Amino acid sequence: MHNRGAVAGAVVLLLVVIMAILAPVFFPASPWDMVGAPLQPPGSPDLLLGSDMLGRNIASGIAYGARVSLVIGLVSALVAVVIGVTVGALAGYFGGMVDDALMRITEFFQTIPGFVLLIVLVALFSPSVVSIVVAIGLVSWTPIARIVRGEFMSLRTREFVQAAILMGESNLRIILRQILPNALSPVIVSGSLLVGTSILLESALSFLGLGDPNMMSWGYMIGAARTVIRLAWWMSVFPGLAIVLTVLALNLVGDGLNEALSPRMSRKVQA
Amino acid sequence: MSKPLLSIEGLTVDLPASADRPHALEGMDLVIGQREVVCLVGESGSGKSVTAQAVLGLLPPGRLTVSGGAIHYGGRDLLKLSPLELRRLRGARISMIFQEPMAALNPVVTVGHQIAEAIRAHEPMGKAALHDRIEKLLAMVGLPDPPLLRKAYPHNLSGGQRQRVMIAMALSLSPDLLIADEPTTALDVTTQMQILQLLKQIQQQREMGILFITHDFGVVTEIADRVAVLRQGHKVEEGTTREVLTAPQHPYTKALIAAVPRLTTTQRAGIPADAPTVLGTKGLVKTYGLSGNFLRRSRQVRAVDGVSISIRRGETLGIVGESGSGKSTLARLIVRLYKPDAGAIDFQGVDLATLGRADLRPYRRRVQMVFQDPFGSLNPRWTVGDIIASGPVIQGVSKQKALSRAAELLELVGLERTALPRFPHEFSGGQRQRIGIARALAVEPELLVADEPVSALDVSVQAQVLKLLDDIRHRLSLAMLLITHDLRVAAQVCDRIAVMHRGKVVEYGSTVDLFTRPQHAYTQQLIGSIPGRDWLEAEAGPPAARPAVSGSKPTART
Repeated sequence: MHNRGAVAGAVVLLLVVIMAILAPVFFPASPWDMVGAPLQPPGSPDLLLGSDMLGRNIASGIAYGARVSLVIGLVSALVAVVIGVTVGALAGYFGGMVDDALMRITEFFQTIPGFVLLIVLVALFSPSVVSIVVAIGLVSWTPIARIVRGEFMSLRTREFVQAAILMGESNLRIILRQILPNALSPVIVSGSLLVGTSILLESALSFLGLGDPNMMSWGYMIGAARTVIRLAWWMSVFPGLAIVLTVLALNLVGDGLNEALSPRMSRKVQA
Repeated sequence: MSKPLLSIEGLTVDLPASADRPHALEGMDLVIGQREVVCLVGESGSGKSVTAQAVLGLLPPGRLTVSGGAIHYGGRDLLKLSPLELRRLRGARISMIFQEPMAALNPVVTVGHQIAEAIRAHEPMGKAALHDRIEKLLAMVGLPDPPLLRKAYPHNLSGGQRQRVMIAMALSLSPDLLIADEPTTALDVTTQMQILQLLKQIQQQREMGILFITHDFGVVTEIADRVAVLRQGHKVEEGTTREVLTAPQHPYTKALIAAVPRLTTTQRAGIPADAPTVLGTKGLVKTYGLSGNFLRRSRQVRAVDGVSISIRRGETLGIVGESGSGKSTLARLIVRLYKPDAGAIDFQGVDLATLGRADLRPYRRRVQMVFQDPFGSLNPRWTVGDIIASGPVIQGVSKQKALSRAAELLELVGLERTALPRFPHEFSGGQRQRIGIARALAVEPELLVADEPVSALDVSVQAQVLKLLDDIRHRLSLAMLLITHDLRVAAQVCDRIAVMHRGKVVEYGSTVDLFTRPQHAYTQQLIGSIPGRDWLEAEAGPPAARPAVSGSKPTART
């Protein structure tokens, strides 16, 4: 790895993952439990990052919030990639009517403001981890579909695909085994960036009170802190920092992947 | 030799550390006299284009650096000039034409404007004078209706016309040295011949020197006074065209010359008269519609227009034609990558033309194809073993059995079994083409359609791959359909040839008849345009045993 940014990003990400996994070890109590006096500033005994207005431990909330953010970020990015790759692959491979139909659907999703649609979907299905993940996936698959469609359109005219047709390979096999592996690198890159976007979307939902009510999340913590921001800055600043650092780390890793995987860049390295 | 115009002395150009050899050029000496055409011949990677780039100071910065030598021109060392001084020379005194006329012309600017830019960069002049000069230039390179053409865009012109425009642009300031880097390689044979004649004629009128870069000894005989042969950055031989062609000294030169496909149709063990017909087409038609819009009416192009051919077992049928003749479309119709609009494809009693995708599947295996582009025809993410085994696996053969068969096939096509777990990018163009042939053979086809199988390869590799195809056809008594633009290639391996022109077969007969008594005017023109025909015919006689070209051993590149 020559990309220092990507290395730094990976390190931060690793720390966040470790924090999420070890949250019950560091903080055996539930993050919802009142463990101290309310509105204690950072550095108080047993309250490294202070407490909120109900006396809940901010540090514990951040550790548990990492679980929510990472899970929702990863799974909804995965949902978006699965939808996007499916739509893009079918549209790009078959072309013609299939392409027209699928692209009109894609445009429908692209023209609706994503966040508004997200709020509508989550409100409709009542907030839970599953509905949030599905809703985020539904509003963010369109760029993936466009990328995959473009890759498929150019790859399907390549001679190795013609050779596969001549061998009598089925369309499904050609899509999955011949073309998809060659179209994957841009998908991996935008997928990794999507994880960051999804975390932001989830935080925004939680901020508005549309998060899963049973899960402590960074967005919820900031939302709850906004009324007391002048009294207790630490309540919003630390969760905010957690979001910034995690999303920044994901973006750095995504850029690093882009550099490593895109053929133009790697050719430059080879030459 | 006349007074030297340009002299390159001990030129050494370094490659980046990661390359497979330290120097792109090493200790290169070359002199171009006034009014002299010097051909620089070599295969890809020999350093011939690097030489041209070094003269013009166009080496890619940071990647290739000159580490020694001098290039003398007009009493000065070009390597020591400042960028500004070099710019004054470029275009005005020394100019260049490139291989790809479409890539070298700006698509959104009219032809006249592009020439005007070249002139104005060196000589400011009024509009009327400028237009007059441009029209004279266009007329000089043999373009029709210069006033109209001046306002045309590059996409309005054919490939040959674009190359003429490039030549007009290069000559616009009457340079005394012209560097031509494979200027005819992307053109059809007939156009190539016209451009070569034009260059020669202008060179004599204007008393220019030309440094002509090519890989084709046929082209050399048409234009060169002297020849220098490059190999891996070293000049291995230099002499007058006559000397080099008739008495080559270096084994590499000998091998290169021997690799030029001969016109003499080799004696072939005739096809038994009762050999069964493998495949025949009747009145095959494929039309492409160019969809119109509100500015342009839609129109239809008949890419393949009523083609009827037949191929018997053990026979090689050549389809020869220039670009746009419909030969590749015909190949793809026969293997049913495309669906014909009319006509029949009779494959031993079954009409493949009308079968749907599912019904075709049992026949897929029996008609296979070898593709043109050795880089695009193999899936870069698959190992060679998987690529070759994929066909049999689909047919239901076990993976293990298919892989061991793949290993045998690799040996059949002259590669080693160790290639199985490697990826295509580890192989050279010729080796990849062998892998493509092995893939096609893996499903034991009865008909092998080869679409320009050697046109992307170096001459010496071309000869080997052609020989391999011919060998395999003979050993497995396959029927083979060979699509090529190169009559010399067709002459070597085909029993019969169909000449295609604008979607129609204009002449169809045995190879010997076609070359000795061409009937159709277009066939005569094609044969007349073969570069180096006089030389090839003078040489005559069946080609002797060909010396092997070194560096061709089919082992994987590392």
